[in-house]
Amino acid sequence: MKMLKIFPALLLIFVLGAFSTIENAIYDGYDIGDTATDFSLKNIDGQMVSLSNYENVKGFLVIFTCNTCPYAVAYEDRIVALDKKYKSKGVPVIAIMPNNPDTKPGDNFENMKKRAKEKGFTFPYLLDEGQEIYPQYGATRTPHVYLLEKTDAGNIVRYIGAIDDNYKNASAVEEKYVENAVDSMLAGEEIEVQTTKAIGCSIKV
Amino acid sequence: MNRLVTLLISALFLLIGCKSNTNEDVKAVALDGSKDNTELIEEQDEVKFPIYDFESFKPLLNKEDDKTYIVNFWATWCKPCIEEMPYFEKTYAEQKQNGVELVLVSLDMPAMWKTRLEPFVEKRGLQGKVVILDDPKMNDWIPKVDENWGGGIPATLIYNKEKRAFFERGFTYEELNEELKKFL
Repeated sequence: MKMLKIFPALLLIFVLGAFSTIENAIYDGYDIGDTATDFSLKNIDGQMVSLSNYENVKGFLVIFTCNTCPYAVAYEDRIVALDKKYKSKGVPVIAIMPNNPDTKPGDNFENMKKRAKEKGFTFPYLLDEGQEIYPQYGATRTPHVYLLEKTDAGNIVRYIGAIDDNYKNASAVEEKYVENAVDSMLAGEEIEVQTTKAIGCSIKV
Repeated sequence: MNRLVTLLISALFLLIGCKSNTNEDVKAVALDGSKDNTELIEEQDEVKFPIYDFESFKPLLNKEDDKTYIVNFWATWCKPCIEEMPYFEKTYAEQKQNGVELVLVSLDMPAMWKTRLEPFVEKRGLQGKVVILDDPKMNDWIPKVDENWGGGIPATLIYNKEKRAFFERGFTYEELNEELKKFL
């Protein structure tokens, strides 16, 4: 009899607990030093791309970006330049489009292909189908950069934030956050600025 | 002639804007005309709203009079910002006589001030005080608004000389009034 009374309470606790776990999983995101999840997402060429596909790399620049956000667009050329500069040094760019294409048709797979062609993307441009990856990383806006270092223990998050300190004008940039972070990482030095904040377009669910 | 060019470019902006295309495309189209897009924008009539960098904007976050200020950070390209805008306007209309001021801080980019921001404000007949915050050093100023702000918008600061509260999220009309009540 007593058990019967307790049971609903236990059930309630269990259910609430399950919900709060889900919420944590959605909202926490990564901190510096966390191990980043791998993924298998469809690239604009139709191939699936995973971090584990890459051999002989030292890390990754995982960049959440899209076609339609003015800030993301302002950074397109600089993302291409980052890939050009660091792919040969073992840190390629992996771009992920996190928006829901149903909400934002300008970001659908066809338009991703088109945009990548127009801008001459030299890196994979992946669709976060089902929007399962960006919440794990904790990306909240576009563009949002995660620098990962490949280690025996997995891909470790080394930098989170903006590309540099001037979205408006690439030539007026005073601090190249991402470049500084990658350079320090490759030199085996401590990264001075590990996180930065920026206004960006919120990711469309 | 100049007027015509401006008009044509505005028309292009509008057309392309509707298709939710990107800034870069617009620039390409505008460039097609003759000269640099940014130059043309500078040549246009003055923007109707005050434009601040963070240093000059800061006093708006620290007024010490008897009013309560709702400072809403938004942009025309931010859908949830546009969705909550009517609640802020309605609340402002209702609470104005109780000493509430509404400051609508646009984070739109310079290329959008004439083409998107002004028409939007006009069309909606916004009564809040629209100002433009144009300071690319975001990593420096975002934490100065609130140290916990990650940079997402909509974001809203409510303050008076006694206290302040910051919210990195959207509001419903009820939620906004719930928070505002604590200040009145």
